[in-house]
Amino acid sequence: MKSLKIMGAVMVAVALYIGCKTEVVSENSVFPALEPLNADTNAGTWKPILLSKPDEFAVNNPIAVTSADYKLELLEIKSRQNNITDEERDMMNYWSAGVVLRWNEIMRELVAKYNLPPYQNPDGTYPIPSAANPLAYPFFPFANPPYAARAYAYLSGAQYDALVAAYHYKSKFRRPRPAKTDPSIKQLIPMTSDFVYPCEEAVAAGASAAILTLMFPGEQEFIQTKLTECTSARILAGGNTRSDIDAGVALGKAVAGKFIARARTDGAGKAVGTPTDWQFLKDRTEARGEIAWLSQETPARPPMLPLFGKVMSFLMDTTEVINSRPAPPPSTNSAEFKKELEEVLWFSQHPDRDRMKVVHFWSDGAGTYAPPGHWNDIACEDFVKQRWSEARWARNLALLNSSMFTAAVCCWDAKYYYFNPRPSQMHPDCKTLTGLPNFPAFTSGHSTFSGAAAAFLSHVVPNQASKYMSMADEASKSRLWGALHYRSDIEVGMAMGLAIGGKAVDRAKTDGAE
Amino acid sequence: MLVFGVNIQAQTDMDGLMMAKRNLCGGIVVGQSKWDHYWEGTLYRNNLNIGTFQSQMAMAMANYGVSNKFNIIASAPYIENHSTAGTLRSQKGLQDLSVTGKWEFFGKGYKHAYVSLLALGTITTPLTNYVADYLPLAIGMQSKTASGKLMIDIQRNRWFATASAQYTQRGTVTIDREAYYTTEMIYSHLVNMPSVFSSNVRLGYRKNADLIIEAVYDRMNTLGGFDIRRNDMPFLSNNMEASRIGLNWKLPVPKIAGMSWMGNATTTIAGRNMGQSHILMTGLVYQGEFKAKNSPKK
Repeated sequence: MKSLKIMGAVMVAVALYIGCKTEVVSENSVFPALEPLNADTNAGTWKPILLSKPDEFAVNNPIAVTSADYKLELLEIKSRQNNITDEERDMMNYWSAGVVLRWNEIMRELVAKYNLPPYQNPDGTYPIPSAANPLAYPFFPFANPPYAARAYAYLSGAQYDALVAAYHYKSKFRRPRPAKTDPSIKQLIPMTSDFVYPCEEAVAAGASAAILTLMFPGEQEFIQTKLTECTSARILAGGNTRSDIDAGVALGKAVAGKFIARARTDGAGKAVGTPTDWQFLKDRTEARGEIAWLSQETPARPPMLPLFGKVMSFLMDTTEVINSRPAPPPSTNSAEFKKELEEVLWFSQHPDRDRMKVVHFWSDGAGTYAPPGHWNDIACEDFVKQRWSEARWARNLALLNSSMFTAAVCCWDAKYYYFNPRPSQMHPDCKTLTGLPNFPAFTSGHSTFSGAAAAFLSHVVPNQASKYMSMADEASKSRLWGALHYRSDIEVGMAMGLAIGGKAVDRAKTDGAE
Repeated sequence: MLVFGVNIQAQTDMDGLMMAKRNLCGGIVVGQSKWDHYWEGTLYRNNLNIGTFQSQMAMAMANYGVSNKFNIIASAPYIENHSTAGTLRSQKGLQDLSVTGKWEFFGKGYKHAYVSLLALGTITTPLTNYVADYLPLAIGMQSKTASGKLMIDIQRNRWFATASAQYTQRGTVTIDREAYYTTEMIYSHLVNMPSVFSSNVRLGYRKNADLIIEAVYDRMNTLGGFDIRRNDMPFLSNNMEASRIGLNWKLPVPKIAGMSWMGNATTTIAGRNMGQSHILMTGLVYQGEFKAKNSPKK
């Protein structure tokens, strides 16, 4: 029967369509095990960020590898290896890509999870998340771009200083790998160093877990689980014994303590400001004869972290931030401003699909890992190919994230010093192609972050420099194309970012790692 | 189709009627869907930064009788989505082409009723490269889909009941971002779309094929997906559910043989991660070959 044939053809078509369903593989799940090309055994001599010296925090002498206690530790490895499950093997392989990398990813995931603006109160005001009560709505933190930039910088900075200390002690104690003492121990993943006390992975993990707990206090259980998995993976892999790990986690936490003490006094806790501060910003701008920024949300939301420009970053102090503040954007009364607004309006009204793709690629708005997270993502994907030691991974992420933390501070300083309106505020048809951030326009955060990141990354992965520069340029333009920023915002932001990235490069040239 | 909030195949893939061999029916349907409340997960809320979401649609459709027992139906909508508040730019464009094969594989008259069983297969494919990762304003999901549906239709005199159940597999969607968060971070441009199960019950009166008045209950839910987080935007692979009730009609246009006026009014009574859509649609359909009547039904 004819209709049966046709129905058969339809069934075949349907079957082909079902073939459209491809498996979605997260790119980070296939990163290879880390096998450093250079062990960087001198990393204990590199210049730390906050530590006064690599042995600022003491590490106990290890027990002798000939001792009965050590033999018991070896037995633990053998027993875990004999009973290894598929799940444990997956976990071990996951962590083998590098612990600095994996903890960076965990931070990105938590930023994305917490990067949501709180819902308003019934009276139209907004609740402010509280670190003292992180589990009650609104959850603490609201991991917005400046919060995220700072969090990534503390994480990477603590990882780096902790690893400088770890490499110092490893070279000092020179405890061999477990398999050297007991050849029956299998090394199930590539080993990154010859000396294993304290365990460098555990040092980085201990530091990371402590910083993550500070930044995401509602996630302690999750963080603790990751810490246990990360250190268990070392035992399963035959890379370390229990005492390597215990000494490592303790050292990592001690180093992180120094960063935590600094974070508690760096000014970020006050960056939300008060209604008096918010009013002052508006009044100051209006007193200059300029139109002041207004929230385009309903109900009007207080500006995001208006005092973040006063936070102490790692690369510039507050005086330098003020001294490097850019000249003002075009006056809202000027012909130049009108011209810039018209340009934004044109992009808003002509949303070409190719430009939209760029706008959305770089949107990095609410619910994402934020622009600094995007640059960590880009960097890590390239770093995996570089096959660096854990210490070099940490050092390069520390400088990358220091530059973006400083970019956030300088950018926020300019935004709130000038407090100028977004294009949508100035023209009712300046509709945006992605979410409009709730803070002033000048300078563009995306441009400042991207300039800083691209300048530093070009220094450490020079064969990708042109790629980083064109990506930064796209990220910057995406904000004009998306009708979120004027041309001045993106151009001045980019110049600021490049200069800040240059400061990270200057530091890189003198920290002993090159 | 989910974006518009209702199956907009102009009912022809939902009803139990068949077109006779070599008959061609074509039509234009316009519609509007509106909501000012939605479900964020299971939380029913409004959003002052969306205001009222409004979707307008114009769709061309055609139905051809390959045989008395096998019809092919095709449709393609043009959609414009707009929100009355907030700063986001409206979206518009040609959405997805949908092609359905409809096969009446059993039909028998009993003492009191005529019973038919139908099998339907539908494939859809995006017609343009519209932006999908821009909900709720995106005009579609940018997913190729394949559906299978079984339907039973019982008619007694001029009263009838139709029930159907449909399973839809949705192809992976490529978005512009290179990483996104669901309940975990995923580093990929690809988004896995949960499948959709939907069911539909209709009761009504019909005389020939051009006078139909029916009440409809419709329910769809994705098989998997995640909830929108508190105060987040919706995402393509959300766990979506909607239950709707509506009234459909198809009436002959006087003095123009073959021309019918059709329409429906539908409202959403429950949902999850979707807008509470209120939908109105109306259209004109013209049946091209007059000699052959619709397939015999008692």
